[in-house]
Amino acid sequence: MSSTDSLARQQAARKGYWRRLPLIDNPRVRWGLVLGAMVYLVLALASVEVNWARVAEGAGRALNFLGAFLQPDFVSRQSDILAGLLESLTMTLTSTVIGVLLAIPVGLGAARNISPLPVYAVCRSIIAVSRTFQEIIIAILFVVMFGFGPFAGMLTLAFATIGFMAKLLAEDIEDLDWRQVEAVRATGASWWQTMNHAIQPQVMPRLIGLSMYRLDINFRESSVIGIVGAGGIGATLNTSLSRYEYGTSAAILLIIIAIVLMSEYASSYVRRWTQ
Amino acid sequence: MPVSTSPQGAPIWQRRTTRAQWLQFVAWLLGLSLFLLCWKAISDNTMWVFVEDAGRQGSDLISRMMPPRWEYANVLWKPMWDTLNIATLGTVLGIIMAFPVAFLAARNTTPHPLVRSLALTIIVSSRSINSLIWAMLLVTILGPGVLAGIIAIALRSIGFVGKLLYEAIEEIHPTPVEAISATGASRLQVMNYGVLPQVMPAFAGISVYRWDINIRESTVLGLVGAGGIGLQLNASINSLAWNQVSVIFVMIFATVLVSEWVSARVRHAII
Repeated sequence: MSSTDSLARQQAARKGYWRRLPLIDNPRVRWGLVLGAMVYLVLALASVEVNWARVAEGAGRALNFLGAFLQPDFVSRQSDILAGLLESLTMTLTSTVIGVLLAIPVGLGAARNISPLPVYAVCRSIIAVSRTFQEIIIAILFVVMFGFGPFAGMLTLAFATIGFMAKLLAEDIEDLDWRQVEAVRATGASWWQTMNHAIQPQVMPRLIGLSMYRLDINFRESSVIGIVGAGGIGATLNTSLSRYEYGTSAAILLIIIAIVLMSEYASSYVRRWTQ
Repeated sequence: MPVSTSPQGAPIWQRRTTRAQWLQFVAWLLGLSLFLLCWKAISDNTMWVFVEDAGRQGSDLISRMMPPRWEYANVLWKPMWDTLNIATLGTVLGIIMAFPVAFLAARNTTPHPLVRSLALTIIVSSRSINSLIWAMLLVTILGPGVLAGIIAIALRSIGFVGKLLYEAIEEIHPTPVEAISATGASRLQVMNYGVLPQVMPAFAGISVYRWDINIRESTVLGLVGAGGIGLQLNASINSLAWNQVSVIFVMIFATVLVSEWVSARVRHAII
């Protein structure tokens, strides 16, 4: 915003005309963005094909589904739900533990201030690959390689955990207080001792908090990778939906929401306790 | 940090008390047993024969993928455009719905605590359910197609945008709000002139960030029939055309990189 502009604004304000400052200063960019957005919206909406007859037909089903949420059916498929849930929970726990353990060396390697350039490049590319592809795509590949079942699912979640945790851990290490590292090094400490006494205490609280958060994400993801055969509650949910047993689907969704809520409370408690 | 004395009279330093040490030991033991128990449950449900030849399967997969059928890319432009539309329109729809929800959920702008807990319930349920599950639900209701994908992305985005935005609203400075209300402004005017300008940059940043995530998520929605490039991915996998799958992977990788770059640039410009 130029100074003549702000002067004009002040004079107008004295006369009682006032308008708030725009979010984007340059009027050309502002109107260009608006125009571009309009053109895009028209093009995009024109290319969306909707089969309204099918939507009208589905409206009844939507009502059925909402009705099912009011009386979810936990009982009639109880054993399937329990088995799926147990599989999801075990996958979540093992994959988080394995993923975090593997993410620690990758994260150390991906921190520019403590690792040499070749190691840094390798670790960063591991992180990039793991973060770009959705869990479900990785799950498809792992199911082909390792066969159906929770083992492929566990590996998928562990792989996704590596990218997530290593990136955040590396950023945390890059921001740490270097004076403590220098102090420990000045005592003649070896590389291991420096890691253990200067770096680990600084990043530990955040590492624990992030692991709890990742546990939460892994549970949520474990409910979908079952769709492609990687075990967990997702397979049960998928079957119940395609058989139009909405009562069971509603029950599964409510269980997922309840578990996510509980783990969110638990993780906020743990994070408060570590910091 | 307890200090005890050795029989010779020299002080011995320990990091923890005996009690704390035992507690820690028990905690590690419990954690390790839980992990091993879970591991056993998984390994019981696994066909180890399949796992053993994973290396062979993997190299076989790569050899089938390896000369990618590049001419297949010509078929992919329309699905890619659909994918971008699902992500963008879904994000727009999602933030339109998330905006009022966030104001109702923030402690300092909510009209009533009961409304607040309702808004928080909406946010939590939207956040806990993955967009693929929303898509599965909507495909059975609306039929397969781009519309189901757009709504799935929108429903998932409500929780994310709503949560981050209401946290931003709760952290605003109270002084501008007080100043505006001191002029005798109505509730809506206070929101408009006191709260909104303070959260606008955060809101724009959150929306762009969610758009970036939605691009990733919309690439797989087609696996359950909700349109986009995932439909082609599913078809190629089902027909075992792995050399087409690798083309799709390259397209997804490129799109995600570009969207991540755009989102980082925009957020950098805003903040």
